[in-house]
Amino acid sequence: MENYLTLFETYDVPAAFWANIQLTFWAAIWATLLGTLLALFRISPIASLQFVGAAYVNIFRNTPLTIIIAFGVLGLFGQLQVSLTEDFNLNFFRLAILGLSLYHAAFVCEAIRSGVNTVPLGQAEAARAIGLSFLPAARLVILPQAFRGAVAPLGNVLIALIKNSTVAAAGSVAIEASSLMKTMIEFRGDLVIPIFLTFALGFVIIVIPVGLLTTWASRKLAVAR
Amino acid sequence: MTSEPQPSTSASSGEPLVSLKHVNKHFGDLHVLKDINLEVARGEVVVVIGPSGSGKSTLCRAINRLETIDDGEIRVDGKALPAEGKALAKLRADVGMVFQSFNLFAHKSILENVTLGPVKVKGMKSGEAKDLAMSLLKRVGVDNQAQKLPAQLSGGQQQRVAIARALAMRPKVMLFDEPTSALDPEMINEVLDAMVALAKEGMTMIVVTHEMGFARKAADRVIFMADGQIVEQATPEEFFTHPKSDRAKDFLGKILAH
Repeated sequence: MENYLTLFETYDVPAAFWANIQLTFWAAIWATLLGTLLALFRISPIASLQFVGAAYVNIFRNTPLTIIIAFGVLGLFGQLQVSLTEDFNLNFFRLAILGLSLYHAAFVCEAIRSGVNTVPLGQAEAARAIGLSFLPAARLVILPQAFRGAVAPLGNVLIALIKNSTVAAAGSVAIEASSLMKTMIEFRGDLVIPIFLTFALGFVIIVIPVGLLTTWASRKLAVAR
Repeated sequence: MTSEPQPSTSASSGEPLVSLKHVNKHFGDLHVLKDINLEVARGEVVVVIGPSGSGKSTLCRAINRLETIDDGEIRVDGKALPAEGKALAKLRADVGMVFQSFNLFAHKSILENVTLGPVKVKGMKSGEAKDLAMSLLKRVGVDNQAQKLPAQLSGGQQQRVAIARALAMRPKVMLFDEPTSALDPEMINEVLDAMVALAKEGMTMIVVTHEMGFARKAADRVIFMADGQIVEQATPEEFFTHPKSDRAKDFLGKILAH
């Protein structure tokens, strides 16, 4: 037990989890914005936009996240010299956020689309009947109800995102939890199993409240019909 | 019956407010509208009746292009229905629509349901829109429910709000697509009363309904549809007492038997 506690003196475990929370926070924002735009494309009456939305979702949803994140570092940065900042380490951090956002946007899009399916067709017809064209109808009538119907699936995407933020390790983000775990296992072979359990428990502690919150919110926000 | 049935020619002269010429529509192999020709004059109240599947709802929905048509021409106030986009939205703002299932915006209060169109489509100031909405809600007798959500109202109240929502756009014509078919029997009259009042004020109305009482009381003209065709049209008096076609006689025989 004393051995175990020395881990926390040597390694800053909370800071590593904090890095994952930051990755999740920014990726969640960008994925939501991009995912909403993609959902708009997919429900729009314009065939070419529908195609773009569907193509994006199918490409990014079906590509392993590890490949997307690794491409950020090796492809975008290594080959194409794309830099999101001058700071070397922060650049990897931002590229990881980019990869996480692009990947999860596809899932956000599909979650919102499942929310759109909870909105009866009559709502869109009524919106059109009072003279709202596609975008105002989507913004004022369809999407507000769709988001409220999509709280549970969006919560699932967020939970996946929290856990997937560890894949940033594949993108040279050395400060996040799974990277730190790898380092700790390397230097403290005597404590492999406690180290694993520590990180597993850390994620469980972060994820459980998110699950409870989305379950509560999906009930609270459900549109009464 | 308090009012005399009015002759169908009582509406003002000039070109018809709504005109359909040689309108055809298919749903796959099903020919739902067969060469429909119809003119509705300003201020006229037209009731469309017929067995289910006769195309009457499709006809009603085609007039504000919730259903597209395969060929033919539909004009509202002299203008052909635009294909899509801003022009179509503008036309729809002039055509009020009341649906069978009310379709009130479920996430918005009763008041917001009525003000949304005037504010977002017509650019009315929110204070002005609120006054307009409250006066319309008062007119249909649901002004005391203004702050509630649609799901908190009875079906009859929701449908009256839907009428107020359509009226808030100051439409040139109102379409009613079976407005009382989803209502409990005791709520039908409150909606019909609101519609009769509207008809008396001179609103141009096209009403798809099974309510023969409303047709007798408020219609200038009854159109009988069957199998996608207009089989017969006449004043309510004429139609209900002396239907000409066998289809109409058969239909009336079935619904008026009890």
